[in-house]
Amino acid sequence: MSRVLVGVKRVIDYAVKIRVKPDKTGVVTDGVKHSMNPFDEIAVEEAVRMKEKKLASEVIAVSCGPAQAQETLRTALAMGADRAIHVEVAGAEYETMQPLHVAKILAKLSQDEKADIVIVGKQAIDDDSNQTAQMIAALLDWPQGTFASKVEKSDAGLTITREIDGGLEVIKTKLPAVISADLRLNEPRYATLPNIMKAKKKPMKKVSAKDLGVDLSPRIKVVSVVDPPVRQAGSVVPDVDTLVAKLKEGGHV
Amino acid sequence: MLSILCRRANKFATTSRHARCIASLSALPETYQMLYKTCRDFAEQELKPNAANFDRNHLYPGDAIKKMGELGLMAIATSEELGGTGLDYLAYAIALEEISRGCASAGVIMSVNNSLYLGPVNHWGNEKQKKEFVTPFCTGDQVGCFALSEPGNGSDAGAASTTAKINGDKWVLNGTKCWITNGYESKASVVFATTDKNLKHKGISAFIVPKPISGLELGKKEDKLGIRASSTCSLIFEDCEIPKENILGEPGLGFKIAMMTLDAGRIGIASQALGIAQASLDVAVEYASKRMAFGKPIMKLQAIQNKLADMAVQLESARLLTWRAAWLKDNKKPFTKEAAMAKLAASEAATFLSHQCIQILGGMGYVSDMPAERHYRDARITEIYEGTSEIQRLVIAGQLIKEYGV
Repeated sequence: MSRVLVGVKRVIDYAVKIRVKPDKTGVVTDGVKHSMNPFDEIAVEEAVRMKEKKLASEVIAVSCGPAQAQETLRTALAMGADRAIHVEVAGAEYETMQPLHVAKILAKLSQDEKADIVIVGKQAIDDDSNQTAQMIAALLDWPQGTFASKVEKSDAGLTITREIDGGLEVIKTKLPAVISADLRLNEPRYATLPNIMKAKKKPMKKVSAKDLGVDLSPRIKVVSVVDPPVRQAGSVVPDVDTLVAKLKEGGHV
Repeated sequence: MLSILCRRANKFATTSRHARCIASLSALPETYQMLYKTCRDFAEQELKPNAANFDRNHLYPGDAIKKMGELGLMAIATSEELGGTGLDYLAYAIALEEISRGCASAGVIMSVNNSLYLGPVNHWGNEKQKKEFVTPFCTGDQVGCFALSEPGNGSDAGAASTTAKINGDKWVLNGTKCWITNGYESKASVVFATTDKNLKHKGISAFIVPKPISGLELGKKEDKLGIRASSTCSLIFEDCEIPKENILGEPGLGFKIAMMTLDAGRIGIASQALGIAQASLDVAVEYASKRMAFGKPIMKLQAIQNKLADMAVQLESARLLTWRAAWLKDNKKPFTKEAAMAKLAASEAATFLSHQCIQILGGMGYVSDMPAERHYRDARITEIYEGTSEIQRLVIAGQLIKEYGV
C-alpha cells in the first residue's frame, strides 16, 4: 500500500476582498482571514479517500510557512490525514519563497518519508503559479498527472484522467508519481467535530528548510504589485457598420 | 473594551483553561474556529439553498439532520463514551448559531435534541437509561423531544395536569402535552407528569417515553407562522403504560429537572435567535449595497445607516450575553440569570433585526423571493418558546433581587 504526501498551503481566504499595500510591495495579509488553498483541500480529500479505499496506508500533510501554517495542517488532520510536518519558514524568507523552493522541500520530504504518491493542489489561489507539482516531479524524476479530475489504481500504477483544453486525457503512470488536483477531482468533506477534537492528538513535526538542505534564496524579485486598471465604461453604437468601423479604428481587427 | 470584558470574565476564571477572552471568535482557541468553519460551510451549502423549500413545503429536513449527526452536531455536549462529541456549551452556541443562520428549523431541531432531550437524560439518567436513550440519539438518525407544556399551562409549568400513577411494574400516563417540537419525528420524549397532586410542583416527576407506544397518540401537525420545517404537535396520553424504570431521577424531582433543563435550553434558543438575526443583517446589508435610490446605494443614506447600526449593536450585545452564559455554564458557575438575559436579548434582537430587514428591503422584503419574510416569521417564536420574554424578565428580576440581598 502507498504512503501519500499531501502539500497544503495557507492562503488568503477566497471570499476576502484583496487590498494592495500602499507601498505596492504586495497585498495586505495582516488581520486578513486565511484558510487552506481550495485545491489543496481537494488534494487532502483524495488522499484520505485513498486511505479509506485501502490504496494508501498513511497520509502525511506538509505545509511550508510561518507558525500559522499549523492551523492549515490541523485542518488537514481533521479531514483525515494521519500526521503533519510543518516546515517553518517565516518573515522575509517567507515573503520571497517561491514554488521552486517548495518543490525542493516537498521532494526531499517525499524521499525522507518514503512516499509513493505526492498530491498537491493544481495551483494556489494567491499566486496562481501552477508549478509546484511539475517541479517536484522533475526534481524526483517521477511521472506526473496534473489537472487530475480522476485517479484510479491500475495494475502496478495509476490511471489518471486529466482536464486539458481539448477535453479529457487519460494517462497511465507507474508508481511513485506526482498528482496535482483539479476542481472536479472530488468534493472535500467537512471536518466533523469529533475529528477536529481527534486532530489535536495527531503528531505534528517541525523542521526547517535548512534541515532539509534547501536554500531559500530567492531567484525572482517582485518589482511591484498594483491593482488591475479600473474598467472603463463602454459605449453603445447604433448599428453593426459603426461597430466594425470602431473595431478597425482601435486596431482590434 | 475587549480587555474590560476579559478582566470581568477573569474574575470568575481562577483555574479556567478555557477562553481567556470570549469577546470575538478570533480570540477563541482554534477548536472553536474550526468548528465554526465546518458549521458555516455546511449551513451555506446544505441548509441555506434548501431552507425556503423546507419552509414552503413544511418538510422535515431529515437528510440534513442525519448529516448534522455525522458532523457531531446533534449531541455536542454529550460525552464521547456515550457517542457524543464531548465539547462544551460555548461550542454548542457557536455551532447552533451558524446552523440557524442557514435554516432556523434545522436549528430548533438541533437545539431541542441537544438541550431539552439529551440534556436531562445525560444529567439525571442512570447507566441503562443513557445506553438506551442517549447513544442512539447522537447520530441524527433519531431525535428526541421535551413534553412540558399543556393546553392548560405553558408559563404556569407547576400546574401540570398530566398524571402518572403506579400500576404494578408500570407507570400509567394520562393527559395531553401540546406545542411539542420534534413531536412527529422523535423516537423518545422526556415527559413531565404529576405523581402527587398534594405536593403541588414538588409532586411532578419526569419520565422517558419511547415512541411510538400504545396509549400515545399524536395530535395534528400544527400549521405555524414560522419554523415550518420542524414538526409541532400534541402528545395525547390515554392509559399509556411505560416500564417502572423509565422514571428520570426521583419522584418529585420533575419540576427541578424542567427548570434546570430550560436554563441550558435558553442558551440554545438564544443561539438560534442570533442565527436568524445574523441572517437578517446579512440580507439587509447586501441589499442596501445594491439598491439605488436618490442617486446612490441606499446604504449611503443616513436613515438606512442608523438602522444598520442599531441592528448591529443589538445583535452583538445579544451574542456577548449568549457566549457569557455558555462560558459560565462551562465553568460550572450559576448561569440562570445570564441564560435568561441571553434568551431575552437574542429573541428580541431576532424580531427587531428581521423587522428592520424587511423595512430596508421595502417591497422586496414582503415577498418570498427574498428570505427576509421567512426570517421575520421564524424570529417570532423565539420570544415565546422555552420561556416567554415575560417569564425571562421574572427570572432575571428574581435573580437580581437575590443578588442585591434586599
